[in-house]
Amino acid sequence: MHLVILGNGISGITAARHIRKLSDHQITVISSESQYFFSRTALMYIYMGHMRMEDTQPYAVDFWDKNRINLVFDHVISIDFLQKSLQFSSKSKISYDKLLLAVGSASNRFGWPGQELKGVGGLYTLQDLEAMDDASRDLKRAVIVGGGLIGIEMAEMFLSRHIPVTFLVREKSFWDIVLPPEESRMINQHLIEHHIDLRLETELESIEDDGQGRVAAVHTNRHERIPCTFVGLTAGVHPNVRWLKDSGLEINRGILVDSFLRTNIPDVYAAGDCAEIRYPDEGRRPIEPVWYTGRIMGEVAAYNLCGLTVEYHPGHWFNSAKFLDIEYQVYGQVPPTIPPEQDSICWIHASGKKSIRLVWRKSDDVLLGINLMGTRYRQEVCMRWLDEKASIRKVLEELELANFDPELFTANEDEIRALYTAKTGVEIRRKSRRSADRVWQFLRQS
Amino acid sequence: MSFSNPHPQLTWSQRLASGIGALGLLILVVAWSGADFGRPGLWLTASLLLLSLGTVWFAYATYRGHPEGIKNNGVWFNRLTNRGLWGWCIGIIITGLYILLYFYPGLLGLRQDEPNTGLIGFFDHLSYWLKGKPGGQWFVYGTLYTLAILIFGIKFIWKYRHNRYQIVRTISVMFFQLCFAFLLPELMDRLNQPSMDLKNMWPLNYYFFFDWNLDKLLKDGHLGLFLFGWGLAMILVVSPVLTYFFGKRWYCSWVCGCGGLAETAGDPFRHLSSKSLKAWKIERWLIYGVLVFAVIMTLLVIYTYLTGQGSLLFINSYVIREWYGFFIGAIFSGVIGVGFYPILGSRVWCRFGCPMAAMLGLQQKFFSRFRITTNGGQCISCGNCSTYCEMGIDVRWYAQRGQNVVRASCVGCGICAAVCPRGVLRLENGKVDINQRTEELRTIHVRREDVNIHN
Repeated sequence: MHLVILGNGISGITAARHIRKLSDHQITVISSESQYFFSRTALMYIYMGHMRMEDTQPYAVDFWDKNRINLVFDHVISIDFLQKSLQFSSKSKISYDKLLLAVGSASNRFGWPGQELKGVGGLYTLQDLEAMDDASRDLKRAVIVGGGLIGIEMAEMFLSRHIPVTFLVREKSFWDIVLPPEESRMINQHLIEHHIDLRLETELESIEDDGQGRVAAVHTNRHERIPCTFVGLTAGVHPNVRWLKDSGLEINRGILVDSFLRTNIPDVYAAGDCAEIRYPDEGRRPIEPVWYTGRIMGEVAAYNLCGLTVEYHPGHWFNSAKFLDIEYQVYGQVPPTIPPEQDSICWIHASGKKSIRLVWRKSDDVLLGINLMGTRYRQEVCMRWLDEKASIRKVLEELELANFDPELFTANEDEIRALYTAKTGVEIRRKSRRSADRVWQFLRQS
Repeated sequence: MSFSNPHPQLTWSQRLASGIGALGLLILVVAWSGADFGRPGLWLTASLLLLSLGTVWFAYATYRGHPEGIKNNGVWFNRLTNRGLWGWCIGIIITGLYILLYFYPGLLGLRQDEPNTGLIGFFDHLSYWLKGKPGGQWFVYGTLYTLAILIFGIKFIWKYRHNRYQIVRTISVMFFQLCFAFLLPELMDRLNQPSMDLKNMWPLNYYFFFDWNLDKLLKDGHLGLFLFGWGLAMILVVSPVLTYFFGKRWYCSWVCGCGGLAETAGDPFRHLSSKSLKAWKIERWLIYGVLVFAVIMTLLVIYTYLTGQGSLLFINSYVIREWYGFFIGAIFSGVIGVGFYPILGSRVWCRFGCPMAAMLGLQQKFFSRFRITTNGGQCISCGNCSTYCEMGIDVRWYAQRGQNVVRASCVGCGICAAVCPRGVLRLENGKVDINQRTEELRTIHVRREDVNIHN
């Protein structure tokens, strides 16, 4: 059987690897972006000089031959689902018995005047990165539009090359559609600390042409003109499916798939950023363009492609990111505004760069989520608490289990318990010190 | 595809600092040439102070005013740290200096039966002040080596000032180098007592069982006996116990002098270690080869010491110890070990050659509580951990599959955990799961019970 995987990102490659573990099928992975799989999330580090391109490739060049995974570096322009074949731009075709679509995302562009000019770019593909690098020579100022994860990464990239950055953020505070106010403010301050010209509640109106098809400036809704020669558009991504419209695939925003990642067309599956889950699990969204969901979907797709049925259940929501120097982790549900039926405490370190927020339901004290800035928590412990619907008091008693900061870091659990006591009047006793052994014992209890 | 940084890397303050350091070096070069300074003690002090000031100021100019955090911007653009022109220049210069040091100390000013001249004569002023006698080339080397660990240690601490593990670890290597490797032996020498670097244990200290060393220790009264017992206790008790509890890091990145230099002066080159499978294969052959060599050589030496027989089964113990001293002690640990920092990374010796690291590594792999825990499914396979692993461990390979890292070579420097942008790695010790340290975490993979056979 010939299994063809379109897209060599984390979903496609994870699928290919697991298909090889499970079977002897012929595997072909097609990409027009890069010859070899690289970590998309590491693109920024290439630009910043932390790593070279080859350092971002998780598998060595000889890995693919060794595992009989055939890599094709070509661009697919259309798919014939009846003939079961893919049409390359080079006129040649390839046929498949089963197909996995792992075609990823594309950057959002909201029809801004001038968005097609030279010097306007997003940050998603390798080609985007190359365009950014080209534009960076003699760059006097970059304007970044869109206050999310990619926007702040782009800002950090330009800073690393001493290029001044103006950051236009539509919201009142950075990423406040996701982060609660304290955390969001922390990032505002951190951006300013890094000398980023942060413009909150400011939107892009248009991009000015310099007369030769290049960017000269941006105009904002505050009637300001900001001269610049690069505009980064980082207002999110959408599934890269426009080219598949009218192909017979059922598409909403993404390619619709069931819990086995099957599309409406037999023998065609979809995984990763491009897939939209018809009936997502509670607490999960239909489209989740994050690394680990892509990885899990790739693995699940591999089983299903090999005739072993496995449902896609990513478990409780979690995620992580890094805002310049401040790491961010979330486990479970932490809404940007705590609703009246929930309660939360938020410990903030004196440096203003670390915080820990615990959210629980008032009616039964069950822990709902944990938000962390500049602090690391152990995923398995947090997931166990969420699985067990642990009460906030139990969690606070054994909070030391979750800490994943490097050894010798200052403990902060007592201060967090004190916050809870101040809020509720309930005293909480510490159960144990930070100890790896306690963690293993805890995780082994069934 | 190549990425380059078109913007200048050095600020004026950094250039000034480099100039001050260069001035310190210049004084050493002039002294080496044999110029008569008049007040050499003063000039030596000035030189060492200028070197220190230049380095510390450089660190200040580099990190001051920048928020705490990982400082790897432009590492692969900089011609010093990307095997570029400056990297090769420095590599060749240091390699050359090591060759002079080991094989042609006369060119550095070492003299028999008359006062030393040149660089060695210059440092003799410090040696007289410290212990009342001339120093020789190893005194020059020890002084500069210790100074390098101290001043680059300060730079390292500044760079990682957000990370207490790194700060404490670095203070530890600075302390052990200054007190145990440098001051204590010199002071013992001053008191005409047998001197020994108390932390330098066999088999890294390969001459511990050599006849001249044993004679020195065993025939020199109580202190010598104590030092002999101490050396044995380090090998047989202290090291196994500490390695069981903490992994080999207690030695390699907290105490050891070779490790100390690699972690401080060598830090800018840590990413140059090869992560290829081939390098790992070479590493295993070489390092265990050296360990076997060290053990056989030592057994023969002890045999000779006890029996007076110079050879056993046609192997001459005097020849083999000379070979070891030449190939391993001088060429490998010295010339290549440090000289090749800017080419092969900062831990070439520790990774490919050190028999001590090999021995501790075996214990770490099979009988220790230490591991690097990976944090569930948070890994994004970015590669920072692998890139900045000075030992060339492909940390990402483990992290992305949710498997803890238990590798003989890991020295526990903790930089992989520091550079991880998603909080995935943690160095820790635990006994509960000591025999399951390397199991893959099932939480991030499809579980067998969730798979149904189709059709």
